[in-house]
Amino acid sequence: MNRRQLLAGTALALSLSTGLGGVALADDPLRVGFVYIGPVGDQGWTFIHDQARQEAEAHFEGRIETSFVESVPYGADAERVMTQMALSGTDMIFATTFGYGPDVNAVAARFPGVAFEHATGYLQEEPNVSLYNARFYEGRAVIGHIAGRMTESNTIGYIASFPIPEVVMGINSAFLHARAANPDVQFRVVWVYSWFDPAQEAAAAEALIEQGADVIMQHTDSTGAIRIAQERDVLAFGQAADMSAAAPDVHLTAIINQWAPYYIERIQARLDGEWEARNTWYGIGEGMVGMAPLHERIPEDVRAEAEQMIADIAAGDYHPFTGPINRQDGTPWLAEGEVAADGDLLGMGFYVEGMTGEIPN
Amino acid sequence: MLRLERRPQPSRAWVWAAPLLAVVLTMLAGGVLFAALGKDPVAAIRLIFWDPLFSQQFAAFSRPQLLVKAAPLILIAIGLAIGFRAGIWNIGAEGQYIIGALCAAAVAMAFFPSGPTDVRFLGLEFTMDSAPSRWWLFPLMVAAGAAGGFAWAMIPAILKTRFNTNEILVSLLLVYVAEKLLAAAAVGWLRSPEGAGFPGSRNLSRFPEAANLELIPNTGMHWGVVAAIIAVIFGYILLHRHMLGFHVQLAGQAPRAARFAGVAPARLVIFCLGLSGLMAGLAGMFEVAGPARMISIDFNVGYGFVAIIVAFLGRLHPVGILLAGFLMALTYIGGELAQFTLGLPSAAIQVFQGMLLFFLLALDMLSNYRIRLTSREVTP
Amino acid sequence: MMGTMDLSSINPVVLAAALMVAATPILLAAIGELVVEKAGVLNLGVEGMMITGAITGFAFAVSTGNPYLGMLAAVAGGAGLALIFALLTQYLMANQVATGLALTLFGLGFSALLGQGYSGVSPPRTPRMDFGWLGDIPVLGPILFRHDPLVYVSLIIVAGVWWFLRYSRAGRILRAVGENHDAAHALGYRVRAVRVAAIAFGGACGGLGGAYLSLIRVPQWTEGMTAGAGWIALALVVFASWRPWRALLGAYLFGGIVTLQLTLQAAGWRIPVEYLAMAPYLVTIVVLVVISSGRARRTLSAPGSLGRPFHAAG
Repeated sequence: MNRRQLLAGTALALSLSTGLGGVALADDPLRVGFVYIGPVGDQGWTFIHDQARQEAEAHFEGRIETSFVESVPYGADAERVMTQMALSGTDMIFATTFGYGPDVNAVAARFPGVAFEHATGYLQEEPNVSLYNARFYEGRAVIGHIAGRMTESNTIGYIASFPIPEVVMGINSAFLHARAANPDVQFRVVWVYSWFDPAQEAAAAEALIEQGADVIMQHTDSTGAIRIAQERDVLAFGQAADMSAAAPDVHLTAIINQWAPYYIERIQARLDGEWEARNTWYGIGEGMVGMAPLHERIPEDVRAEAEQMIADIAAGDYHPFTGPINRQDGTPWLAEGEVAADGDLLGMGFYVEGMTGEIPN
Repeated sequence: MLRLERRPQPSRAWVWAAPLLAVVLTMLAGGVLFAALGKDPVAAIRLIFWDPLFSQQFAAFSRPQLLVKAAPLILIAIGLAIGFRAGIWNIGAEGQYIIGALCAAAVAMAFFPSGPTDVRFLGLEFTMDSAPSRWWLFPLMVAAGAAGGFAWAMIPAILKTRFNTNEILVSLLLVYVAEKLLAAAAVGWLRSPEGAGFPGSRNLSRFPEAANLELIPNTGMHWGVVAAIIAVIFGYILLHRHMLGFHVQLAGQAPRAARFAGVAPARLVIFCLGLSGLMAGLAGMFEVAGPARMISIDFNVGYGFVAIIVAFLGRLHPVGILLAGFLMALTYIGGELAQFTLGLPSAAIQVFQGMLLFFLLALDMLSNYRIRLTSREVTP
Repeated sequence: MMGTMDLSSINPVVLAAALMVAATPILLAAIGELVVEKAGVLNLGVEGMMITGAITGFAFAVSTGNPYLGMLAAVAGGAGLALIFALLTQYLMANQVATGLALTLFGLGFSALLGQGYSGVSPPRTPRMDFGWLGDIPVLGPILFRHDPLVYVSLIIVAGVWWFLRYSRAGRILRAVGENHDAAHALGYRVRAVRVAAIAFGGACGGLGGAYLSLIRVPQWTEGMTAGAGWIALALVVFASWRPWRALLGAYLFGGIVTLQLTLQAAGWRIPVEYLAMAPYLVTIVVLVVISSGRARRTLSAPGSLGRPFHAAG
């Protein structure tokens, strides 16, 4: 072993042994790394995380230094990127997709001095891994209500990505509230098996409109569908960001992912030396889920109802999954007044009563 | 007027000088690109080519990672190169890689249904509690991965020998089919029961008997690296020291002569496609049990396609492939360093890699052709 | 589950019109690649040329405010990238498969760099064609006469390629070059020049197909927005057994399958989406087997020199 290797080995050992407390020296900016699954130009999931990164960097005015690597696949690549970040002296790493779970925990085990924040995942095996996720279903309850009140054909189209709990939960939340507002509402769900395929999403929107849907919701990332809605004058909701620029006339509102407040809160905790692993599931109340401005096409009474619902959810007075709710097959799920447990929601694999169709698989 | 003239023998000097020249030209062109993006070109080039190998901060980690990243590329490329030399074009290694991984993961998961109880596999019942060690599981997975890749490659092979279909196209089409199968498996029949409904299989690294772990800590050495090294040696012996290798070359360069020499074309097709499929399947197996840990929707990251480029960069020679595999791995790992250190977009790294490939492919011509300056084009 | 839903809610006229739109980008890319392969060259860089066309077209349309200038820029962008491939494979004798793959890698990165300022920007609208009373004909009107101009351009290109390959002298030369480049060379044809022209044409068509996505279909620019359309176009050429009208048929079949499966889902049918998605590729393989074997072999139009390098030994 030559001298250089020896030195590198020591550096590795040093970084391994450093505890959480002593990393950030007073003058050095805190170094925060972000690992993204897509390109920052995807106009969707990754784009919004990167906006939040920039907001956080602006907020701390030189006290932190951020860096990112985009389009990192899960597995070996993600693990390597995070390890290299840790080796380069990064103090805190945000891993922004659920698929990074095993990689985050593996790297965290080797770098106990680095704070890891893992978005929308479920694996928390190390003391330096935090999980964070947003209660998007709260926003879906609001748009479900608006859609139920505004549909004239009583048919609402829903463009879904993959049959996973997060997506099923969103469909159920939107459906329950659309039904509550309008007992004749039917949902038509199209699974596109992709998070991002503008052309396919556009085609799905067209198919739904052809089937009589006069409101389109989406759980996919691109503006492909909402552009079609604009062209056909069909009502629609934005996903993840305010998409009103893409569809100024029909964009009723959007569920907005607001990561910046959380990023700022957590980075602040790290700066103060008070960071510890948590499992965060924030919603409208904490500001992680936001709603875009309500479009003027929404009638006054509906607007008031929607705003009331937003306020109630934010205040913790109303939970979108409050019983009585039955499963699709009619078996009871939640009793009168009972509120869904978080665990049930996070593993949701069934439709609620009244939904037609089946979840694939 | 410039003219190309085929050399009777490849130039020994250019065989070595051309790739070096290509790397230098890429550095220059890449430097211009990085400067145009407002980044320090010297720092960027150093981060990509130098730091992963020699920097104090990273090298102890990234040198072993070069092995991890290069191993599947080399393993797949060796298999492909043997076929390419015979004029048999398997460009569907990506699909064979996926199927190999799926088969291996399926075998592993068949023995871990819900813990150490009874297992049903192929209709047989096993009681796992009594088995003290399942040492045979990993070899079984290796066999399953190899068999899966082999079987997937047999589809274009049999269609070619039986119906004379073009193997380039069939093997490519089967990549798409394999990708859809992978997605269906990740959200369906291979989905982990403990995964809270998320797509993706169980984490194989949690099952010591099924995991392809580092053999020596902090070296990056796992069974896939060992297999890649064996493949290079095997490829060298086969191509350069064995009768079969001679037949392969002959079939590629002079098919008619090969037939006179007793080479059965159909058998050669089966052999070449089968071997390359087997090796791609193995690569998928080692990857899913090792670095990737599990089947996920996007499990395949393009190794099967990049390996084609690696095979040609290595001039279809096992040693060349070894070097080309490391060069590609270096640009990936160094590219990531450049991204988070300098804030270069990943697109710039892709363009840089593209330029490197263009220069390497372009200058390759120098070893086989001579550039002649002629005063006027001579009519042939 | 299937029995409970009725088909009456599915309107075949709308379906037919929608599939034409869904098929147009892959049709454009495929007809270009068909000519390339007819000339004996396999360019696997279609995805890279499409995405390059998508951004050059988008950027030009936005900066000039004219979608048609954008489409011309897409043609130039796609052809420009294709010329790199031509230089490498035709003059520097690089392997076509490897160069094509490198072209896709390069194109994806290059387009993302070019597109950095264009995320979230709306391009100028491309108006639909107005054929007057023709658009009001029942059934045929909505299917045939209410599309955007590129749908018709793609049909004209298909017809043009068919006529060119079949009836023109230049087309016969191109086929001869693709069938047996040594013989074509011996006859005094300029193999390399023919192939370079074909490659450039392929790139132009691929670029136009990409621009169809970014300017008309979606219309916006996002990185990687072609999402694999170029690879589908490659499969389509094979499905078409290198015949222009069959490429049209194949593209519309493929567009039809995509549109139909989405429509069936929207109509409430339970269909195995994840397996149905494999169908087009499996069908293409079957078609390939049928045209390659037995009697059909004699009428097979697979170019004899496909993918083989040519160097005039003279």
